[in-house]
Amino acid sequence: MSDNIILQTKGLGISFGGLHAVRDVDFVLRGGELRCLIGPNGAGKTTFFRLLSGQHTPTRGEIIYKGKPLGNLQPYQIARLGIGVKTQVPSLFEGLSVFENLELAANQTFSGLEAVSIVDETLERISLQDQRHTICQELAHGQRQWVELGQILASKPDVALLDEPAAGMTHDESLKTIEIIKEITAKSSVVVVEHDMDFIKLIGERVTVFDRGEVIADGTFKEIASNPQVREAYLGRKEAAVA
Amino acid sequence: MKNPVLNISSLVGVIVLAFAIPYFVEAFTVLNFTVYIIMAILSLSLAFVWGMGGIMVLGHSAFFGLGAYAYAIAAVNFGPGWEAVTLSMLVPATFAALLGYFMFYGRISDIYVGVITLAVTLILFNLINSTSGPQYKIGSAPIGGYNGITAVPTLSWPNGNFIDINGMFYLSVGLLILSYLFIRYYLSTRYGKVTVAIRENERRAELLGYNVAQSKLITFSIGGAIAGLAGCMFANWGSFVGPTIFGLVQSAQIIIWVIVGGRGTLIGPILSCIAIQWMTTQLGMQQVVNVGFVLGIVLTIFVLLVPSGLAPLLAKIPNVVRSRLNGKPKEDVALGSPAEEGQT
Ligand SMILES: Nc1ncnc2c1ncn2[C@@H]1O[C@H](COP(=O)(O)OP(=O)(O)O)[C@@H](O)[C@H]1O
Ligand SMILES: [Mg+2]
Repeated sequence: MSDNIILQTKGLGISFGGLHAVRDVDFVLRGGELRCLIGPNGAGKTTFFRLLSGQHTPTRGEIIYKGKPLGNLQPYQIARLGIGVKTQVPSLFEGLSVFENLELAANQTFSGLEAVSIVDETLERISLQDQRHTICQELAHGQRQWVELGQILASKPDVALLDEPAAGMTHDESLKTIEIIKEITAKSSVVVVEHDMDFIKLIGERVTVFDRGEVIADGTFKEIASNPQVREAYLGRKEAAVA
Repeated sequence: MKNPVLNISSLVGVIVLAFAIPYFVEAFTVLNFTVYIIMAILSLSLAFVWGMGGIMVLGHSAFFGLGAYAYAIAAVNFGPGWEAVTLSMLVPATFAALLGYFMFYGRISDIYVGVITLAVTLILFNLINSTSGPQYKIGSAPIGGYNGITAVPTLSWPNGNFIDINGMFYLSVGLLILSYLFIRYYLSTRYGKVTVAIRENERRAELLGYNVAQSKLITFSIGGAIAGLAGCMFANWGSFVGPTIFGLVQSAQIIIWVIVGGRGTLIGPILSCIAIQWMTTQLGMQQVVNVGFVLGIVLTIFVLLVPSGLAPLLAKIPNVVRSRLNGKPKEDVALGSPAEEGQT
């Protein structure tokens, strides 16, 4: 705790049948940190997030959050402890308005007028003030991603796990997304999964590299980019990753 | 729906209309309308559980029947007072909570929840059906098997006066309005908003920290209580309860009312329930087979041609009228997004 560690995994692993989707991962996240997590498709990044948020039960190892093992808590209990997730496939309350989507996120942590003012503030941050009453399923793809990031902003979790927040976005939208991520960092420690190297470079923070369920490298963007093992594992298969 | 002036004026309109009806029609028609209104309470309860909460209940008549029997048995034992009315809601709500506990905490998938509730109501049907001997009694109330319980003591007004045919109609309308306002209020609270959020995306609700199983259980129990209230009124209406209220036909009808009225609205299933019952009566088709046939056709038409139900169609009418009055072309209305319509 003295090094301000908020989230840590020790030997964390899960296998589906014979496939080790996540294997022996030791991961450390400190308070206030913004960490990037990269790796080719199928490296186990999403599965890692599902383990951290309680959507999967680990077959090995443990997750320590704020100094205590998470054990077998339900996803909603983990969320209440302050771990928020933006899933890879946007997962919104499709038939509800943008306002209602954010309100439901804010209500979990705040109430009454405070919640409403947080929603208003969030609408501004994600530039959807004019769409506050729009039903989510009518939004453009990029805007839907922002609503989900907005849910993170509005609930202000201690740890935010963002799975491919800029997937399918235009360059300008990606830049805006980076801005939103930086806003999230003001209140939360953040882990961002992305396999677009340019995006990672723009964020410019420490990077952890996954491959075949394992952490194969960890360091600054420069160190990672020049690491031969990473180049082999990641860049060698980049064509496949860019969908 | 969010316009409070419109809301209050339509509420006043409904009350005035309901008050006036008995002055213009025969007693027999008032009697018929009373049962339509009672069934509308039942329809409303499924509109809440299924339409708002997304919990597909195929055997919703289980709660209606439990409410009716609970009232009847309690009324025979303790007299037709507030205890009997309370039990008519408490028994189905508790039953829903127990059943819901196993289904929702056991993470049974949606379709199985539907099938389990259907099985439950059929089990209740068979159970009650097989209690015709005099040895089957609860307190001093014989359950009566397929004959049901006859001469159920009926409620009186608080001052002790007999509730006549018109009084029964007013009481039913009053309870329908109260149930509707209660559900509207509940849906505007924090908990109620979670009910709808779970319908939209259970996983997202969970990841935001909402206890989905608990919320579903509460939704299910509230729906059970309101269905039970409808059952209580039904027992009062005919001073009779019989096991067919647990049957397949009854359960199927409630589902049809909600589908035709529109899932996701409360007014729709109330209106469609009244309209469908009125229609079947008008056609002189009270026999089970024919009702089923007509309902089948209505259902097919709605599922194929108007899948979102009556309510969204009706919601457009004020817009059409307004644009006609303003001399605006109709296209403006047609182009209005559902979000905008939701405001009116
Ligand atoms: N529920 C599951 N059952 C079986 N295999 C799975 C499941 N979830 C993920 N996998 C497998 O685990 C591996 C890692 O997947 P994933 O975590 O989605 O990778 P990434 O997010 O890094 O692209 C893949 O091979 C994938 O097919
Ligand atoms: Mg992934």
